[in-house]
Amino acid sequence: MAKVPVQFRLNGSDRAAFADPADNLLTVLRRGLNDFGPKYGCGQGTCGTCSVLIDGELRLACLTLAASCEGASIETVSGMADGPSLHPLQNAFMEHFAAQCGFCTPGMLTAAKALLDRNPNPGREDVIDAIAGNICRCTGYEPIIQAILAAARTLPAQRRS
Amino acid sequence: MEFRKDLFQNERDDNLNVVGKGVQRQDMPGHVTGRSPFFDDHAFEGLLHLKVVRSPHHHARIRRIDISAAERAPGVKRILRGADVPVNKNTLLSLINFGKDDEPSLAVDKVRYKGEPIVAIIAESEAQALAARALVRVEYEPLPAVFDVEEALKPGAPVVNDTYPGNCFEYHEKYDHQKLRFGDVERGFAMADHIVEDRYQMSPIEHAPTETNGSIAAPEQNDRFVVHSCAQGLFFSLGTAAKIVNLDSNRLHFIGGTVGGGFGGKVDSLTEPLAVLGAMMTGRPVRYVLDREEEMLHGGPRGAERIYIKDGIARDGRILARHIRSYFDAGAYTRLSSYAAIKCTAHLPGPYTIPNVTSDIYVAYTNRCPSTAMRGFGITAVDFALEVHMDKGAEACGLDPVEFRILNAYRDGDMKAHRRVAKNTALIECVQVAAEKARWPLSEEAQRQSSLTGGGGARAEIPATPIDENGRINRPETRGGRPTQTLPAGTMRVPMTKQPIMEGSTENRPSAPSVPQYEPYRPATAAPPPPPPPVPASRSAAPPPPAAPPVPPPAGPAPASQHGAHRFSSVFGTRRR
Repeated sequence: MAKVPVQFRLNGSDRAAFADPADNLLTVLRRGLNDFGPKYGCGQGTCGTCSVLIDGELRLACLTLAASCEGASIETVSGMADGPSLHPLQNAFMEHFAAQCGFCTPGMLTAAKALLDRNPNPGREDVIDAIAGNICRCTGYEPIIQAILAAARTLPAQRRS
Repeated sequence: MEFRKDLFQNERDDNLNVVGKGVQRQDMPGHVTGRSPFFDDHAFEGLLHLKVVRSPHHHARIRRIDISAAERAPGVKRILRGADVPVNKNTLLSLINFGKDDEPSLAVDKVRYKGEPIVAIIAESEAQALAARALVRVEYEPLPAVFDVEEALKPGAPVVNDTYPGNCFEYHEKYDHQKLRFGDVERGFAMADHIVEDRYQMSPIEHAPTETNGSIAAPEQNDRFVVHSCAQGLFFSLGTAAKIVNLDSNRLHFIGGTVGGGFGGKVDSLTEPLAVLGAMMTGRPVRYVLDREEEMLHGGPRGAERIYIKDGIARDGRILARHIRSYFDAGAYTRLSSYAAIKCTAHLPGPYTIPNVTSDIYVAYTNRCPSTAMRGFGITAVDFALEVHMDKGAEACGLDPVEFRILNAYRDGDMKAHRRVAKNTALIECVQVAAEKARWPLSEEAQRQSSLTGGGGARAEIPATPIDENGRINRPETRGGRPTQTLPAGTMRVPMTKQPIMEGSTENRPSAPSVPQYEPYRPATAAPPPPPPPVPASRSAAPPPPAAPPVPPPAGPAPASQHGAHRFSSVFGTRRR
């Protein structure tokens, strides 16, 4: 099948790739553009390790056709830090030991960022709800919840209402 | 985190630099930035993708394999069959000369479990490899299959694994199971007031790591191959791959250590050998990754175990004898199950001092996916069974289950069933702290007990152990039999309730169990003799009094201290025979 060009913004940069029309976004990000932040865990939308933000919305890259992302703005964990400065969520994950094997961490961080972007002052139940689609098989959920709540507390005051 | 430094304080040096302190992990920056290099996070120009054809049958003869249509499919670069694998039979522990090679990388004449790989397709894209996979034609002649561990060991059962026609792993090529004998359980049962026996059946458990098994192999400079691997034991995997593809191990450059969850499911080298072989055959990088369905269905699980336990317990709550018979379901091939049975045997009879212990642990082959390592495999399942059985034992005696454990707990200086002296024991203290946390009331006597005192002495003696006419430990003959249904005279069989005794709050327990008497230890052999059980001719007539020298067990008492490799000598079979 002939490949089709697809262009989008990836972590603030204009990127383009040739994709099979059946290729999902995860394949194009990882094998087309060498962004290895999002992971393959199940390929069927149940584990959340491939979570990305598409135009600010939390999406599963394995269930998103790459061709449907034409012109979109995509954020992955690889673009979460501002140069050498880590995002408050990344710092909080480090401080609270919120990773064991680290494989679910990119998806967890992405889901957490989607939460804080729309609700800078979440409660514990909001956090649990936000990461409900992300599986941590090392079962380290509690430190992850604590890290996200701690990160929310460090956000600039004007973002918290 | 709470540290109970009041316990064992004189045994411990507290000048610790890391334990008890928060220290940042060196891999954490990579984890939070998405830069940790998992095996699949590597870009290669010209990367090829490998997918395998798997058996749809549990057990079948392979009549014919037709790959002609698949070879012509778009994007296909190479198709591998069993004949292409240089050493197409391996067993993982052959790296330490333990066990016989029994598992092919690609099945040739037979398939022995549903999902066994038969043919490997290497293509330009995953989609092309999957499309070509559907074009491979395999003709099967289905064979009778066996799925039950005890059925598999019966005469006439279908032979699962031709390397072991008896359907059980053979230790040192002559023993069909792992056997433990300590004291005389039959005499212990005869003296007991309660006999408690039951059967426990575990399920296979899939590790389900979020990162599936996989690897990427690529030709490197200097005539080597670089392998990015998910392996939990990287050099174990290197040795396995080197053997199967018949390369010197210094021609393989394994890179790994960043593992997306393993839990034991990434020690089998499920993908590395074929990925390397693919790179050798095509001269290009080859990526072989299990998809989620393959991981769940065909990645080896924790093996299911069937465990029978029979306890003989005195009226005062002391366990006088324990017999354990267990079957470890290896699936179709050995992998690490042989080791699981050794671990299981080494763990028995649990953290308790019991004067008479026997166990018979079998590794049985069935037409299931081969099972493998998983977090304490061989230990956790039997521990579950033992602890449930402890609750039933406590119930039979009308004792509090926590007090019952403290009463029977091993203590420093006790002789364990493996004829080694127990040291650094801490069960009593663990149980006391757990009871305190759970606000479970303990008697003052139980609170006063300690692992440091009360052990040794008579509890350090090695009891007489029945042997057969050849000088081998032999009784009881249990292979294939049910636990005995005939109880010795003078014992009473207590029907078990269905309700777990520990359910519910501590305040409103239906009846207050009595508290055991923590009297000085009386060896089982010193108890008033019951009517002697029938004595087989092959056995020494009467058990000697405790003062008399015990009949030396065939293995003999172990040296007082053994370290390092000796501790694992049963794997090599060179020390204890």
